[in-house]
Amino acid sequence: MKKTMYEKIWDSHLVVEVDGQAPLIYVDRHLMHEVTSPQAFEGLRITNRKVRNPHSILATMDHCVPTKDRHLPIADPIARKQVEVMAENCAENGLNLYDMKNPNNGVIHVVVPEHGFVHPGMVVVCGDSHTATHGAFGALAFGIGTSEVEHVMATQCLPQKKSKTMLVKINGKLPKFSTAKDIALAIIGKIGTAGGTGYVIEYAGEAIKDLTMEGRMTLCNMAIEAGARAGLIAPDEKVYDYLKGKEFAPKGEAWEQALAYWQSLPSDEGAVFDAIVELNGPDIAPQVSWGTSPEQVIGVDGVVPSPDSFDNEGKRKACESALAYMGLAPNTKITDIPIDFVFIGSCTNGRIEDFREAAQVAKGTKVANGITAIAVPGSYHVKQQAEQEGLDKIFIEAGWQWRDPGCSMCLAMNGDELSKGQRCASTSNRNFEGRQGKGGRTHLVSPAMAAAAASAGHFVDIRTLG
Amino acid sequence: MEPYKKHESIAALMNRSNVDTDQIIPKQFLKKVERSGFGVHLFHDWRYNDDGSDNLDFELNKPVFKGAKILVVGDNFGCGSSREHAPWAIADYGFNTIISTSYADIFYNNCFKNGILPIKVNDEQLAALMAEISANEGVRFVVDLENQTVLTPAGNSFSFEIDPFRKGNLLSGLDDIGLTLKHVDKISAFEEQHKKAYPWLWA
Repeated sequence: MKKTMYEKIWDSHLVVEVDGQAPLIYVDRHLMHEVTSPQAFEGLRITNRKVRNPHSILATMDHCVPTKDRHLPIADPIARKQVEVMAENCAENGLNLYDMKNPNNGVIHVVVPEHGFVHPGMVVVCGDSHTATHGAFGALAFGIGTSEVEHVMATQCLPQKKSKTMLVKINGKLPKFSTAKDIALAIIGKIGTAGGTGYVIEYAGEAIKDLTMEGRMTLCNMAIEAGARAGLIAPDEKVYDYLKGKEFAPKGEAWEQALAYWQSLPSDEGAVFDAIVELNGPDIAPQVSWGTSPEQVIGVDGVVPSPDSFDNEGKRKACESALAYMGLAPNTKITDIPIDFVFIGSCTNGRIEDFREAAQVAKGTKVANGITAIAVPGSYHVKQQAEQEGLDKIFIEAGWQWRDPGCSMCLAMNGDELSKGQRCASTSNRNFEGRQGKGGRTHLVSPAMAAAAASAGHFVDIRTLG
Repeated sequence: MEPYKKHESIAALMNRSNVDTDQIIPKQFLKKVERSGFGVHLFHDWRYNDDGSDNLDFELNKPVFKGAKILVVGDNFGCGSSREHAPWAIADYGFNTIISTSYADIFYNNCFKNGILPIKVNDEQLAALMAEISANEGVRFVVDLENQTVLTPAGNSFSFEIDPFRKGNLLSGLDDIGLTLKHVDKISAFEEQHKKAYPWLWA
C-alpha cells in the first residue's frame, strides 16, 4: 500500500493499539519551556512518577525572559519564580536546560534546530502549539497540553487519534519579495483558521522545494494557525546539509544509516491524501493581516474588506468586530494604514535569514517619527551571527532597538508589549485581540514588509521599492 | 479527576465564533506554577473593565448565568495556543460542559484531561440551543453523558457522538497516565526494537 509521509512516521511509532482506546504512539523528542511545564512536574511529584527518558528532553526559557537588562533579576516576581522553578525542575530530573544565561539560550523552536536535536522521521512534542515548526525537517511535530507533557515525561508515549492528511501544493515559483510567511498567510486566508482542523498538512510543490530551511520552518510553524496540529515537508538535501555536523546529529556510520532511513520517508508516489488544496505560487503577493484572526488577511495591494463582502453570517460578524477592534474602516487601502510599532522576531520569523531580509530593507533608512521598532533575535546564536554580519549596526543606525533573544512581543508575557490602541507591524504568528498587549492592534507581515513599514510609518508594497 | 455525572444545569450563552485561548485566559496569567485558581481570570479582558470592576456588557456577567455548568458557544472554540490554562480556567470557573459546532484540536484534547465534556452539535442544533437560551435566559439543560444526550425544556433534544474511550475516562474519572502505564511492558519492548532500528536516536 502506498503511504503518505505522515502514515510512515505514524506506523513506525505505533506502540500498541487496544480496542476502543486511542492508539499509543512513541515520542522521540520532548521540547520544553517554562510556561507549560511546571504543573506537569508538580503532577509527577504528586504521583511519585519519574521522567522515563531524560535524554529525550531539551528545555529552554523563552516566554517570560526579558530582552534587555538581562544581567538584572527579572522584575516581575511571578515570572522570576516561574523561571526559577524551571531551573529546579530540570536539575532535579537531570534535564538539559539552556537557561537565560546560557549562550545557547533562545526561543525553543529556534534553538532546537540550531543544535540538530530534531531529525526527519521523529515524533516530536512540546507544550507549545508552534511545535509544528519542526515539520520542516520531515518530523511529525505537534503541540500538546500540560497534562500531556506530564504523560510523555512519565511514559514516553501519548494516546493519539490518527489525523487525516491534507496535501497543500504551491505550484510554480514565488514572485520576488514574497516569502514563506506570505505562503503561510495566503494558505490560512484561503482555508481559514479551522480549515486544517483534524488534519496533518504536507506542503509540496515547486515553491516549497525552493524554500530554505528557515523558510520551511516559518511555513510549518504556522500550520497551527490553519488549524492543523502539524505541518510536514519531505526531507531532501537541504535538510541533510543543514543537520550535518550539528551537535545532536548522527555522526560517521550512524549518519549513513540515518540518511538511508530519511530518504525512505517522503510520501510514496500515488499515496492518497484525504484533502488537497492548491495555490498558485506566482499569485502570492506580500500579505498583511487586517483583522483579529490570521485568516483575516489580504495582499498588500488590497483594501480592508467590508463586512458586506462576506456571504457567511459568522464571517460578516467576525469582520465587523475585528474592524471595530482594529480601528479600521472598510475599503481603506492597506498601504494607507499608519503604524506605531514594529516587531521583528518570534519562532515564526526570528532566524538569521529573517534579519538578513529585514536589514536589506532597513539599510540606509531611518525609523519614521514616533515609531518604536525592535529587533529580537530568536536565539543568542542568531544574535551572534547577525552581529558578525554587521546586521545589528544596520538596525541600530536606522533607529531600531537590538535586543536579547526571547518570545518577546509575539505574546507579550515578558513586559515587551503594546499599549492600548497602538498598531504594530509584526512578524509573529497571531493577531488575536490583546495578544501583543491589551487593546494593541497587530498586523502580521514578513520581516521585509515590517522593515519597510518602519521607515515609511505605514505599510508599503515592497515590490515598488525595486 | 471527578467522574462526570448526569446533571441539569444553567446553560450560559456566548454567541461568538473563533474564541481563542488568548481570550479564554490572557497571557499575563500564565506565569503561575500551580494548576488551580485560574477561574477568576477566565475571559479576563472581556469580563473586567480597566479599573477591575465587572464589565456588565459581557455575557457571563449576567446574573442569570451565575452557577452555569454548561457553556454554549460559536464554532472553532479554543483556537490558538496550546495552553492548558484555558481548560483549567474553564473548569475552575465551574463549567464542566461546552456545546459548540467545532473546537480546535489541542483544546479539545485538553478538555478531556480536565473533566470537561466538549459536545459537538451541528449548525441547526447550535442555532436552536442559542435561540432557546436567548428567549429564556437562565434555562437549564440536562446533559447525560452515559446516554450521550442533551435535553432542553423547549424540546431541543438530541444525541451527540463521542469517542467511547474518552467517554469511559470521563465517566470513571480515570487518570490517563495510569491507563498508559498498564502497557509499560509493551512500551519497553517497543523501545528496545526502536533502539535497534534507529540507533542514532540514542547515541
